Amino acid sequence: MSAQNIAQVDYSRSNWLPHVVLWIGLLITVFPLYVTFVASTLTPTDIAQTPMQMYPSLQGIENYTTAFTTGSKGTYLSPPAMTLLFNSLVVALVVTFGKITVSLISAYAVVFFRFPGRMFFFWMIFITLMLPVEVRILPTYQVVTDLNLINSYAGLTLPLIASATATLLFRQFFMTIPDELVEAAKIDGAGPLRFFKDVVIPLSRTNIAAMFVILFIYGWNQYLWPLLITTSNSLDVVVVAIKKMIGTGAEPTDWHIVMATTILALIPPVLVIIAMQKSFVKGLTDTEK
Amino acid sequence: MDRRVIFNNKFLPYLLLAPQLAVTIVFFFWPAGQAIQMSVMEQDAFGLSKTFVGLANFKELFNDPEYLKTFWRTIIFSGAVALSALVPALLFALMAERVVRGAMFYRTILVLPYAIAPAVAGVLWLFMFSPSVGIVAYWLKKLGIDWNPKLDGEDAMILVIMAAAWKQISYNFLFFLAGLQSIPKALLEAASIDGAGEWHKFRTIIFPLLSPVTFFLLVVNIVYAFFDTFGIIDAVTSGGPAKATEVLVYKVYYDGVVALNLGTSSAQSVILMAIVILLTAVQFRYVERKVHY
Repeated sequence: MSAQNIAQVDYSRSNWLPHVVLWIGLLITVFPLYVTFVASTLTPTDIAQTPMQMYPSLQGIENYTTAFTTGSKGTYLSPPAMTLLFNSLVVALVVTFGKITVSLISAYAVVFFRFPGRMFFFWMIFITLMLPVEVRILPTYQVVTDLNLINSYAGLTLPLIASATATLLFRQFFMTIPDELVEAAKIDGAGPLRFFKDVVIPLSRTNIAAMFVILFIYGWNQYLWPLLITTSNSLDVVVVAIKKMIGTGAEPTDWHIVMATTILALIPPVLVIIAMQKSFVKGLTDTEK
Repeated sequence: MDRRVIFNNKFLPYLLLAPQLAVTIVFFFWPAGQAIQMSVMEQDAFGLSKTFVGLANFKELFNDPEYLKTFWRTIIFSGAVALSALVPALLFALMAERVVRGAMFYRTILVLPYAIAPAVAGVLWLFMFSPSVGIVAYWLKKLGIDWNPKLDGEDAMILVIMAAAWKQISYNFLFFLAGLQSIPKALLEAASIDGAGEWHKFRTIIFPLLSPVTFFLLVVNIVYAFFDTFGIIDAVTSGGPAKATEVLVYKVYYDGVVALNLGTSSAQSVILMAIVILLTAVQFRYVERKVHY
């Protein structure tokens, strides 16, 4: 077989096989989302039909309006989705900006200063990687109760604000900032805070954008923590509320409202990941280096 | 790793570190310490007094057949999730690396599940596979397959594994793709000229060069299956039916928050901590190895 032949075989194969396999991948990815979307536009009776119809209907407008302004009427009297989405947005934004700010300044301290205990503090932050909420559920809950933060935005967000991942990423990036820049700043008489504001922050823009995507998704998708910390429905984040809307068996589930709320709940993080895809891919692969 | 030029200031660095350290101490170290302390204590039925019991809580756990079952179940669950999230991701990455037209489109769609909350992913799959309203459950019935995750433990386990893997494929796909893009093209071309087929190239060049990424992803996927699937399990099965999908993290939550059994729940937390530390150590060993390349 000549080399040319092989090249031809390669070419023809790479033409259709990858596309077929990737389309199977797209199908697996999109199908659950599509089914949910269709269900969110049907009446409860249509959803109960087996098999359910596979194209959307105009009933959707009413479902989304009900979900957004009234909520589900099942066993769990859910607040309207607008309240839930607002709570999620507050949590996601506070956690994201909190984590980014706190990590930027602590990475700055560790990289641009020498002081007793520097590495000790750095390791303290690093070790939090090994203590996810899931591992310290009860005692953390107790601390938050003692501090009177149950059922508050502060309780929902504050414990999530420490971030080893973001600190590591910013530290890594800060170490690549040339010494000459620091020297020049010092000669010009700029202090550390001035240098941070005028040089370090502008240089970190791409890294901050990358962390923004990852942390926004992280904050928006929080589940276990809000589940523990809120007992009042009006403070529920949307992800937790959806689970509560699904009946446990005794009561029928308002599937059309649940599905509409589900779609509403996944739009913000999906938009963020699509709009900032480049930053996201870079951030994800960089943080793990 | 140290910079040559630095700023001199005695108080500023502490001030800059203070917020992060405050959160870390109050919400991480203090509770973790409490967990360790409570794990060697026994609380009386009214929660009034605590007595030191040494390792009794741990002994009790490891003598409890239920806990051991949960342990094994978690291992099987994690293995299955890792495998079902890694294999398709590798396949999609291999294919995505070969397409020119539409590459961006494929990537954009394949990455979407990363943005979806575990609990929401759970709801999507729960709905499709619900015996009463689910479209896939209906197809399965047509095919003569007996499917009921509400009653059958095995069906429930399969369902949570699928939902968990679906969400994790995105992450694995991106890392495999990055790994593939870093393989020198010259190597593959040389192999082609020598007449190596696709499978041969994959086995002798691509897979060995991807092995560090694969190993790293394996650890990440196990950590994910252990800790980040709580939302999926809670939304889809709540650990049921009859505990068939109760994994370690779910049991800590259930015993601590629902059943209020502080002693054993804390002991379980401590065991989980040990597992995370072990996995993180393994993961960072890999990073060290990669630095030496």
